[in-house]
Amino acid sequence: MRYIPNSLADRQRMLAEIGLDSIEQLFSGIPEKLRLRRLLNIPQPLTEPELVDYFRQRAARNAADCTSFLGNGVYRHYIPIIIDALVSRSEFYTAYTPYQAEIAQGTLQAIFEFQTYITQLTGMEVANASVYDGSTSLAEAVLMAHRISKKTRFLVAKTVHPEYRAVINTYAKNLGIHLELIDYTTDGRIDQKILASALGSDVAAVVIQSPNFFGTIEKTHDISEFAHKFGALSVVNVCEAMSLGVLKPPGEDRVETRTADIVAGEAQSLGVPMSFGGPHLGFLATRERYVRQMPGRLVGMGLDHSGHRGFVLTLSTREQHIRREKATSNICTNQSLCALMATIYLATVGPRGLREISEQNILKTNYAVQQIQSRTKHRVLFPAARFNEFVVELADDYRPRIERLVKNKIVPGVSLSRFYPELGNAILLCVTEIARKEQIDNLVDELA
Amino acid sequence: MTTSHRRTQSHFLLNERLVFEEGAAGRRGFNVPVLDVPSQDISELIGPDLLRDEIAGMPELSEVDVVRHFTRLSTWNYHIDLGLYPLGSCTMKYNPKINERVARLEGFILAHPYMPAELIQGALEVQKMLEGCLAEISGMDAVSLQPAAGAHGELTGILMIRAYHESQGNPRKKILIPDSAHGTNPASATISGYEVQNIPSNKRGTVDFDYLRNAVNQDVAAIMITNPNTLGIFEDQIAEIAELLHSHGALVYMDGANLNAMMGITRPGDFGIDVLHINLHKTFTTPHGGGGPGSGPVAFKKTLEPFMPYPTIGRKADGTYFFDHERPQSIGKIKAYNGQFGMHVRALCYILANGADGLKEVSEIAVLNANYIRAKLKDVYALPYDSPSLHEVVFSDRSQARKDVHVGDIGKRLMDYGFHPPTVSFPLIVPGAIMIEPTETESKQELDAFIDAMLAIAKEADENPELVKTAPHTTRIGRIDEAAAARRPVLRWRADLPEL
Repeated sequence: MRYIPNSLADRQRMLAEIGLDSIEQLFSGIPEKLRLRRLLNIPQPLTEPELVDYFRQRAARNAADCTSFLGNGVYRHYIPIIIDALVSRSEFYTAYTPYQAEIAQGTLQAIFEFQTYITQLTGMEVANASVYDGSTSLAEAVLMAHRISKKTRFLVAKTVHPEYRAVINTYAKNLGIHLELIDYTTDGRIDQKILASALGSDVAAVVIQSPNFFGTIEKTHDISEFAHKFGALSVVNVCEAMSLGVLKPPGEDRVETRTADIVAGEAQSLGVPMSFGGPHLGFLATRERYVRQMPGRLVGMGLDHSGHRGFVLTLSTREQHIRREKATSNICTNQSLCALMATIYLATVGPRGLREISEQNILKTNYAVQQIQSRTKHRVLFPAARFNEFVVELADDYRPRIERLVKNKIVPGVSLSRFYPELGNAILLCVTEIARKEQIDNLVDELA
Repeated sequence: MTTSHRRTQSHFLLNERLVFEEGAAGRRGFNVPVLDVPSQDISELIGPDLLRDEIAGMPELSEVDVVRHFTRLSTWNYHIDLGLYPLGSCTMKYNPKINERVARLEGFILAHPYMPAELIQGALEVQKMLEGCLAEISGMDAVSLQPAAGAHGELTGILMIRAYHESQGNPRKKILIPDSAHGTNPASATISGYEVQNIPSNKRGTVDFDYLRNAVNQDVAAIMITNPNTLGIFEDQIAEIAELLHSHGALVYMDGANLNAMMGITRPGDFGIDVLHINLHKTFTTPHGGGGPGSGPVAFKKTLEPFMPYPTIGRKADGTYFFDHERPQSIGKIKAYNGQFGMHVRALCYILANGADGLKEVSEIAVLNANYIRAKLKDVYALPYDSPSLHEVVFSDRSQARKDVHVGDIGKRLMDYGFHPPTVSFPLIVPGAIMIEPTETESKQELDAFIDAMLAIAKEADENPELVKTAPHTTRIGRIDEAAAARRPVLRWRADLPEL
């Protein structure tokens, strides 16, 4: 096998040094009755050219060439070439977790830079080294708010990504945590009247998403202030990190009570490919006073014996390898390489580039909304300000229409019927900076 | 020490500040294409209250600045393409280059999880094929690829066990965990709502069966067992352990971190395991990436299949694949979408490159390499358990500790010899544990160089302990004062940070 250097002669020499005659003797510790005495039933080995063919054929069965208006937490943004060039360096992608700081400073400094960028984007004071994805980040945020507040009742906006809500539920249901859904209004935002009647001193946290699942921008600062009045924490989820290039961050306000306590989210938009749903990039940010309740790895700055600045994994007494069953989370890895992609992305586009790209998302989305409103008979729901997604209630049955478009390699968005039966005939569309005007016009022609 | 041991030399290595300390106003690394729709006032569209001010402190860099910055940082890392990474229980093996190439095919990276099924047949086929291969390798009936990493797989598996017991009318209370287990095991059991009870190891380094027999009762939901365990020893009573648990209606979870020792040799499904997770970033060569992304599929027996996370991948009569969301007994979703797909492509590429013979050879040589190191070092480093080793061997620093040289020092000194340290101070049941797993992708020459370095360090520890205790001496920076870093944590850049 080409990935195994030792030749048969090497193996014989090594066996002799060990004092054995055969490889078989190495497995004497496994009872014979448990041995597999046949070959595994998996395909015959493929050579490198055959492997390339095999995967090219499968990749070709996915429609990479279609015009897609899908969003729903996975966004198609342009990814500058240098990101892949840099993360393809073995020094980054074949390195282990940086437990040995002296020979892992490259990874450690990059994570420290990632943590800083996330605090800048969210307006928070501390961000961790990343977690699996946005959905697990939000679940960890709920568990963290539970530890801080010691309360069990959570009010969760119905406009939080439905898959994220499902993940929170999976994490929380055995820990005595109760989730109550708060409905939305006709403008697409969380219903503050319902929220007001549900809030009380027994509420651990209010959990909202902005831009929410419908693409609507929530007034996160009003909600945070409202939650705090009742002694509840404010957890804000940002599924579309690109929005932080232009929108007021949930952690920033002149009045501290108007800021979030925990910001969780997904940063796939910042230079990470969609890759059929993963690997993506969860981020988690909070206030300094809550850092010891935070899950996941953290990189801190330190000094060596000669006073040189360096970086090191820190505050690990929160983590499972030290605290075992008393840890803040069972999480062991982060999404280091994806965090590096986002760090390179942000360094490359810079503050002006990020703002321009974010604004193009708003402007192109707004153009698509106006075109659909003026040139088709379909109704755009939820008039409040939106980032790059919006909901269209089709004037006719969605199924045949979507089928027709898909045959022409246009994916117009996803039907909301699975997640919001009350919006059964509506679809959710996403328009990013990557959509060209002619593609938007073409979509509108097809919908007309 | 002869110079032939020394693989390190002083090297041209550039310093580099934080990205926030680089660049200059007005530089650009990326030009945004001109807007091709009519422009409007963003403030009018969104409302001024919802817009942010400029992002303070975010640097402006050219493309060249960015490339130089991250290339310089990269040169400060040790990595598997540079040399042996003897981290026990981490299975740091070579990551084939073709894996990276095929995972980047446009048809894969541009696939969106919500695309209609007819547009993602290739992605679904890859996932289904990988599920089938992992089920065969582990001897299980079905697989979920959804968990994002090993610990996430543990959580998924324990939640499935809980759902199974609930379907029998009682979730039960406890999970039994041997004292040699990874820290993730007790942490995963706790967030699944279970109490943890530790089970001691016996003198052979395996589970104390008599103790276990007394611990199992109707309150026990499952045991979480690692096999081969973290000492690299096969739990030779595993079938009896499984039988004992099953006789009390409890289940057996296996931490599959050490699967690299047994592909084609023995299968968890054949020795009584009900559910295990598999670390694709260990056994199946997906890169560690400096700490992730990992991937931790779970494989399980038919009894647990109704409880697996949704969606599952189904196949219609016409041969096409689809996501099946109708799973009424499912534990729910453990992650949005269906797992770390990019890692699934790489793992399948590795399995198909090997075939059945190749995978068996992988495990055979992984075990050979570990035993070679064991044979060469056992006279100098104490071996706390003399049971046969599989893919890894655990020594202790007992002999060196007499001169106050400890495992951490030995690890740091290895850096001066051009190697990454082994896993240190784990498993917890071995004081001063030195846990070495070479994997099959190391040549005899590389192993010999490592062995020579370990022998040289043992000699230094005896003759000049101070040299080892103050190591490393050749790295970019020395040991960082971790206690000070944790006391007043600095977790982000600020303009007033000390200069390099």
